[in-house]
Amino acid sequence: MTTATLAPESVGLTREEYEEIRRRLGRDPSPLELRMFGVMWSEHCGYKHSKLTLQLLPTDNPRLLQGPGENAGVLDIGGGWAVAFKMESHNHPSAVDPFNGAATGVGGIIRDILAMGARPIALVDSLRFGPLHDPKSRRQAAGVIAGIAAYGNCVGIPTVAGELVTDPGYRGTPLVNVACIGLVQHGEVARSRAAGPGNPVMLVGARTGRDGIGGAAFASEELDTASEREDRASVQIGDPFAGKLLIEATVDALRAGGVVAVQDLGAAGLTCASSEMAARGGVGMRLELERVPLREEEMRPDEILLSESQERMLLVVMPEAADRVASIYRRWGLGADVVGEVIDGPLLTVHRAGAPIVSLPPYALAEAPVHRPAAREPDTLRARWAMPEVPQTDPAQALLALLAAPAVAVKRVAFEQYDHMVQVRTVVAPGAGDAAVLRLPELPPKGLALVCDGDGRLTSLDPYRGARRAVAEAAANLACVGATPLGLTDCLNFGSPENPEVFWTFRQAVTGIADACRAMKIPVVGGNVSFYNESPDGPVLPTPVITMVGLLEDVASTCGAGFRRADDMIVLAGGTDPDLAASFYVSAVHGMHAGRPADVDFDAHQRLLAVVRDAVARGWLSSAHDCSEGGAAVAVAECAALGGLGADVMLPGAPRADIALFGEAPSRFVLSLPEHRVRDFQALAASRSVPLTILGRTGGDRLRIAVEGQREPASTIDLPLIEIAKAYDTLSIIL
Amino acid sequence: MRFGIVIFPASNCDRDCVHVLRTVLGHDVEEVWHEAGSLDGVDAVVLPGGFAYGDYLRAGAVAARAPVMTAVRAFARAGGPVLGVCNGFQILLEAGLLPGAMLRNDVLRFRCTTVHVRVESTQTPFTRSLRDGQVLRMPIAHGEGNYFAPGAMLAAIEEAGQVVFRYCDAQGRVLPDANPNGSIRNVAGVCNPAGNVVGLMPHPERASEELLGSDDGRLLFESAVMWLETRKRSLVTPLRGSR
Repeated sequence: MTTATLAPESVGLTREEYEEIRRRLGRDPSPLELRMFGVMWSEHCGYKHSKLTLQLLPTDNPRLLQGPGENAGVLDIGGGWAVAFKMESHNHPSAVDPFNGAATGVGGIIRDILAMGARPIALVDSLRFGPLHDPKSRRQAAGVIAGIAAYGNCVGIPTVAGELVTDPGYRGTPLVNVACIGLVQHGEVARSRAAGPGNPVMLVGARTGRDGIGGAAFASEELDTASEREDRASVQIGDPFAGKLLIEATVDALRAGGVVAVQDLGAAGLTCASSEMAARGGVGMRLELERVPLREEEMRPDEILLSESQERMLLVVMPEAADRVASIYRRWGLGADVVGEVIDGPLLTVHRAGAPIVSLPPYALAEAPVHRPAAREPDTLRARWAMPEVPQTDPAQALLALLAAPAVAVKRVAFEQYDHMVQVRTVVAPGAGDAAVLRLPELPPKGLALVCDGDGRLTSLDPYRGARRAVAEAAANLACVGATPLGLTDCLNFGSPENPEVFWTFRQAVTGIADACRAMKIPVVGGNVSFYNESPDGPVLPTPVITMVGLLEDVASTCGAGFRRADDMIVLAGGTDPDLAASFYVSAVHGMHAGRPADVDFDAHQRLLAVVRDAVARGWLSSAHDCSEGGAAVAVAECAALGGLGADVMLPGAPRADIALFGEAPSRFVLSLPEHRVRDFQALAASRSVPLTILGRTGGDRLRIAVEGQREPASTIDLPLIEIAKAYDTLSIIL
Repeated sequence: MRFGIVIFPASNCDRDCVHVLRTVLGHDVEEVWHEAGSLDGVDAVVLPGGFAYGDYLRAGAVAARAPVMTAVRAFARAGGPVLGVCNGFQILLEAGLLPGAMLRNDVLRFRCTTVHVRVESTQTPFTRSLRDGQVLRMPIAHGEGNYFAPGAMLAAIEEAGQVVFRYCDAQGRVLPDANPNGSIRNVAGVCNPAGNVVGLMPHPERASEELLGSDDGRLLFESAVMWLETRKRSLVTPLRGSR
């Protein structure tokens, strides 16, 4: 082996990290080995800046079958069944090539779920772009949505829920986070721990090409203006047809037995899969490069080992099962080649023409060094908590502007491009309720609810509270459809962790998620950290995104968000006082990014959620919607627009009309129910000390919202429903 | 009854069709692999929706040349009922078993939503027990569902009563606004001259249980079952008499 002639910096490593490699190997790494370290010790693969902080997140739960550390978390849902789910980012590739970046993001997360032995049943996506009046942001949004649709639709997995938020803070760094959820029977949960010296190692699926080489390292760098042209080669191209075949073949192969371990090939390709599988199993692995089926001739060893060609998985199989496994993949038109074997003793060796060209302990690659980055509260943070004077505005115009904002507006233009019904499970379609609801014919009459939530604006103003609010809102969304939270996966999108202010913000946000999860007894079963979301505009808005999965005991009792019947009573549940601080209203209407977000009182929140959930389960509610961006007025208007039914309401008074209308507070719901149910519902709420306020009634084709104690006509909103619906559907015109 | 459901690589709706026919409606189902050479023992064939062979080249183009299509052709020629749903419809068009072709949706995007269709012909096994003009509510999910036939062909299809479904509003009015993809004359489904081969873009299997929002779609399957039972009792009259 030759000594390194490569500088560590050329593979993205520091001098200190190079010394650490020397210490672990007892020698200099070869240039090929150094490249492998460069990718494996990138932030994307190695989690070196986040690992310690992530230990704050609670994972303990009686339902937990598999926590973080595998390809995805797995939770028991009863009857011998379990759900596997995980969320991942594909931000950097999507910034450079929106369509292909988003499409391969979908493919990648599907394979993580598949690697747990689960059949994927749904996708959820959380998207962030710059303002859509900017053609570049619009092109990115359209490309990403089309890319998710192209992949998800073709592989037959419904995309059932999601978010789409715009803010100038995402202009240079759009965020594309995709979650996948799958179903698996307890006895069939697969793992990635290699075992059994002599067991063949099989590479299955697509051939290995030159695409996406160094993608993980690229994902760990900041984007510059030339990225869009120069980094295209780092973006993988997905083949959803091959992805679909890989799903079917892998489900068949795992069911047939004899597969010891399985992992998908994502970031850092064969290098990552082989070293992680061997390290987790405490064994070694010997790979022979000649046996890797290639897409092109004359590929160099580093290209083969680092290629991020999509739709590939690495399997460790029992010797007697190898032929059967191969024939299953071939039946589906896919390759399945033995490329090596498990060996005794912890050594990962790569051979070419019979000679070793790599030989190192798998853990040395797979366990990146842990950093303890400096953290410092941003200088400007507390100054931004002071609220400037908010000018008065016409409330009707403000309401229409808020309804038209992408974060609020109906995402029909996206959901219609996604097949959200395939697999015939979708009971509450995307946008129709606060969370998507899927039935479980495996466990009738149970159902699953899925939702994702994140708020970069709140998090930038107070990362601890912003993150807690995201967890609280996800659980609130689940309550609206009648579901109890099972667990969550998080996707943490931040700038460079080497910037102490960014790292402080990250740590505060993780602490907020952890505390919220402890308070609500919700486990974090896995997730993803995406650092270095930086552009010449600066770091991205700090954005932790929560995907939460809930369970419904009876899926038929679920509830949508739109008003359903005329003459229903409209009720505000929850007693927190709305405030303009950090509200979406002051940001979207007045351009003020200011104020300190209110914190969540989790005791009151839990009691409120239990009341809403119970009322849904008993079939009392016609509709349920949580108040988030835009406050109570926007929540009522959304219920009206979704239900195609007007309303006449009076909101509780406040010092100013806009506080009552658009002020925000956690833990509030707008519910509607038939009048004859009101007394029972009041008794239920009183039994848990949850305050209720009757706001008014549904009906008619106008929306009228008055504020108690505000008598001037200018403080009352009175709009035809058709204008509300038009504003709410603005995205269909923009995108 | 015994339904054969053809499984092409990436026929995503195959499992959904199996679920509806086997679990919801209680029929025997045979999963027919795309390389199969025969459809022996099958009473009716369903080509499910999805992205067979990735829809590479053109939607349905590769699947139309799959080995199993030889058997499907023979089955159709013998008068057996064949239903093509969405991608299955596209495959039947590409195979020449149904007239016309598909263009990309006029919105140039994939569309997944719920539509209404009006029954235009009851002279097929799948619509025999429906009423003329009956309105059904079913989901669509496709990027290439913009049905097209050139003038003379279209006139012939209309004349022969081969238009089986048209997109309409909830009241059954065939209006441009009710057309989700730009299909010529709102055509949502057609049949062959004999009426035993039917293709439609909406997904009846996604509208076969009330919990999912509509069970109008199961009427198509139930109609086929009744037609088959009648035929088995040898009481069948030809689908369309000679004109």
